[in-house]
Amino acid sequence: MGPLSIALEWSSSSEFLGAFLVGIAFGFFLEQGGFGNARKLALTFYFRDMTVVKVMFTAIVVAMIGSLLLSHYGYLDMDAVWLNPTYLWSGLFGAVLMGFGFAIGGYCPGTAVVGCATLKTDAFFNIGGALLGMLFFGEIYPLVEKFYLSGHLGDRATLPAFFGISPGVVGAGVIVMALVLFIGSEALEAKFGKKEQ
Amino acid sequence: MKKPYLNPYLAGAGIGLSLLASIFFFGQGLGASGTLMRGVTWVAKLLFPGHVEGNAYLAQLGGGGRDPLLNYLVFLFVGVVVGGFVSGLVSGRLKREINHGPRITPSQRIAFAMIGGFLFALGSRFARGCTSGVALSGGATLALGSWITMLVLFIVAYVAAFIFRKLWI
Repeated sequence: MGPLSIALEWSSSSEFLGAFLVGIAFGFFLEQGGFGNARKLALTFYFRDMTVVKVMFTAIVVAMIGSLLLSHYGYLDMDAVWLNPTYLWSGLFGAVLMGFGFAIGGYCPGTAVVGCATLKTDAFFNIGGALLGMLFFGEIYPLVEKFYLSGHLGDRATLPAFFGISPGVVGAGVIVMALVLFIGSEALEAKFGKKEQ
Repeated sequence: MKKPYLNPYLAGAGIGLSLLASIFFFGQGLGASGTLMRGVTWVAKLLFPGHVEGNAYLAQLGGGGRDPLLNYLVFLFVGVVVGGFVSGLVSGRLKREINHGPRITPSQRIAFAMIGGFLFALGSRFARGCTSGVALSGGATLALGSWITMLVLFIVAYVAAFIFRKLWI
C-alpha cells in the first residue's frame, strides 16, 4: 500500500534518488510543453497561446484521477500523503503577489528553472530576483510571523471535507471544470491566436 | 534543429504522471520555490550560523544539526534542471536568448524578469509554495487552501497582465 517509501521503509538516500528521477521527468515535460520560454507562458494571459492552462489542468486531472483511484481501491493511503495546509490570509496575500510576479516576470519558479536549463538569460535574472525575494522574506519573517500563521483552517483541509461531499464527486467536478477550460482555451486560441502567426 | 513543442495535453499528462509517481512512491508533491529558500538558508547558515538559529523561519529549515539541502524537493529540483536540459538538447532548444514582447528592449525585459522573480518568490513564501507545490500538487490532492490560492493567483495574473500588457504584446 502506497506511499511505498513509508510502507517499505525506504532509506532517505533511496528517496532522494527517487526524487531526482521524478524531477527529471517533471523538468523534461515542462520543457517539452514550452515552459522554458517566458513569452510563450505570458501569452496565456492574452488568450493567444493557452498552453499553460491546458498543461496545468491536464496534469492536475491526471494526478488527481490516479490518486483517487489508487486510494479508492486501497493501494494508496491519502492520509499519509503530504497535503498543503490551509492558511487563508497568508494564502490569499501570497496569491496576489504571485499573480503580479507571474505577469511581470513571465516565469514562475519551476518554469524559470527550466528556462535556466535551456540557457534563457531572462530566466537566470528571474531566479536571481527570486533568491533576493527569499532572502527578504527570511529577514522580515519575525515581523510577519503573526500574519503568516493567521486564518489557519486546518493542516489537512480538503475540498471534499469542506463542502461535505465525497472525493469522487469533487473529482468529477474538477474534470468537468477542466474540460470547460480546454474547450474555452481552444476557442480563445482560434480567435486571438492568429496575432502570433 | 529546433523541433516543435509537444502537444500540451501530452505534456500535461507527462507532468501529471510525474506528480502521481511522487505521490504514490514517496507521499510527496512536486515543488520548486522551496529549494530556492533552502539554498538561501544554506548560504546564510554558512556565513551567519547564529542568525539562522535566531530566526524562527530559517531555523526550521537549517537550525541545529539540520542541513537545509538534505530534502526531497531539493533533489527533485536538481532533477528538473537535468530533465529540462535533456529536453532542450534533444529538441534543439538550448539557445542563449532573451524572450520578450515586441515593445520592450532586452534590458528592460531583464529588469522586469528580476522584479517579477522577487515578487513571485515573496508570494510563494506567504502561500507556502508556488505553482508547482501549491497549485499543481495541492490542486491534484484537492487541498482547500491550494485551490483558493490557485484561483486567486490566476485571476490576479490576468488583471496584472492587462496592466502590464506592454511587456508582452
